[in-house]
Amino acid sequence: MTHRSRQLRVSALARVEGEGALSVIVEDGRVRDAQLQIYEPPRFFEAFLRGRQHTEVTDITSRICGICPVAYQTSAWLAIEDACGVTVSEPIAALRRLLYCGEWISSHALHIYMLHAPDFLGYPDVVALARDHRELVERGLRLKKAGNAILETVGGRAIHPVNCRVGGFYRAPAKAELIPLAQRLRGALDDALATTGWVAGFDYPDVELEHELLAVREPGCYAIERGQVASTGGLAFPPREFGGHVVEHQVPHSTALHATLDGRGYLTGPLARYTINSAELSPIAREAAAAAGLGPTCRNPFRSIVVRAVEIVYAASEALRIIEEYERPEPAYTDVPPVAGVGHGVSEAPRGLLYHRYQLAADGRIESATIIPPTSQNQAAIEADLRAVVAAHLDLDDAELTALCERTIRNYDPCISCAAHFLDLRVERR
Amino acid sequence: MSEPGGPADGPRAAAGAPRAAVIGIGNPYRRDDGIGPALVAALERLRPPGVSLTVADGEPSQLLDAWSGAPLAVVVDAVLCEAPAPGRIHRTVIHRTGRGSGADDLMVPAPGSRAAASTHGLGIPDAVRLAEALHQAPARLVVMAVEAADIGFGVGLSPAVAACLPELTRAVLTEVAADHEAAGGTL
Repeated sequence: MTHRSRQLRVSALARVEGEGALSVIVEDGRVRDAQLQIYEPPRFFEAFLRGRQHTEVTDITSRICGICPVAYQTSAWLAIEDACGVTVSEPIAALRRLLYCGEWISSHALHIYMLHAPDFLGYPDVVALARDHRELVERGLRLKKAGNAILETVGGRAIHPVNCRVGGFYRAPAKAELIPLAQRLRGALDDALATTGWVAGFDYPDVELEHELLAVREPGCYAIERGQVASTGGLAFPPREFGGHVVEHQVPHSTALHATLDGRGYLTGPLARYTINSAELSPIAREAAAAAGLGPTCRNPFRSIVVRAVEIVYAASEALRIIEEYERPEPAYTDVPPVAGVGHGVSEAPRGLLYHRYQLAADGRIESATIIPPTSQNQAAIEADLRAVVAAHLDLDDAELTALCERTIRNYDPCISCAAHFLDLRVERR
Repeated sequence: MSEPGGPADGPRAAAGAPRAAVIGIGNPYRRDDGIGPALVAALERLRPPGVSLTVADGEPSQLLDAWSGAPLAVVVDAVLCEAPAPGRIHRTVIHRTGRGSGADDLMVPAPGSRAAASTHGLGIPDAVRLAEALHQAPARLVVMAVEAADIGFGVGLSPAVAACLPELTRAVLTEVAADHEAAGGTL
């Protein structure tokens, strides 16, 4: 018997957030292993949150990511407020949702235009795309700026917002301050609809994922900034039961922990959100989804770019609704006196479900912290998909197979920096 | 890095279109990587007229915004070189002469550095190439790269890099003044 080995290696993954590598080993025509290796140094956030005051947490967790700081703030304040038995007023909750819509628009526009679309159009990167299609990339940058404008108006600045606190905001904007934002968002909604129409025309490989999907669900709206947890496998539980279902474990090849849901692999992110919550989309987002060829569910990871575009439509329309109905919260925050106990928070970061848990002492000191980011949860599913992709395309040469593996990874928009950070692909054929 | 860490992300000062944009790139929580923000802080005290000051993390769309409408952009960033001469200032001028020009002057890869990156890792050359493709590059872009000694965790510049700040400030002010007197003027 001939013994043939192949080794594909991407030693620095391009167009993903952070630093990682991919190693695939093919032995005698069978995929023996596929590993998403995250070598971003561990960042120890959970350790250095210990001993800090409960009111300091959101400013610290915001620093975990420059792309999705609002997600890290939101899951944190939800957990702290849960531990202290505080529920914020609906006007504060609405302003938080508006802030989060800004992050979705900005992050999704970045991923669609700067990172993902070049894969579908045969360009090596966004610069090459911009040389041939200047107006498209300008549209993407306009969308990103519209998202940033929300973050700046509500959060004080686009990266690591400073106006947010446990219990609400340091200062809530007056309605008049939101009017220019609404004008800009009407333009963004047009750009988002055009984006959906554009990506709907891309060629998509015919792939369906079997993974159980997990997302935050909140009746009456497309869950973003709060809710319960639901899966396509019929699970439905409150955030406090998250740790009873999702278990993290170490793997030798990654500085990010892997996770299982009741012992099984699973996936969070746009496909999960859309599949679980598509009925809750706004009418304009539902129309955009239908026009883009999406049914009530979406399990094709390549079509995640369409789901992200629909989610920009949704976030822009939702932001406009919130501004229209806006009542300035008075006061801008609720006091959150410390209570000894444990609190849990879940929200939908652009890349998927983000869980935080804090144990507080009676004086508000953090005794322990657990942060489970979406990319950690998705690592095992990404590896499973890579194994399937490689197995189905062993006829491709190493360069083509490597490119396909990189695309497969970018479908998930992994934020490796949040999970622990760039991909180095290695395919070993033996 | 996932943490831009800069204290501001929009242009400060200079109402209306500035005649020059000074952009300090870096993270003050990574020692000498904070030289760009330190330069901006120094200029904020001097308030040069018609000059916008921005601290940025180097993310391309942020740079495009920061130099939007300004005929001159001066970008200050830290670099690691081998063999190192911490505090040494390297000046590169890029004139807008056409597609793909200039930015390649900046593309001397550091030994051991990786090519191509994520949005976290896109460098100034990528931002310049994107700006050129989008016809949003300034007519003249001056990059002042300061050799770093230490980009480890923590605040505060190393002595050699801290010592070059007055010279760097003078050099940037000269750049802005020279441009004011004669577009295209050089040091």
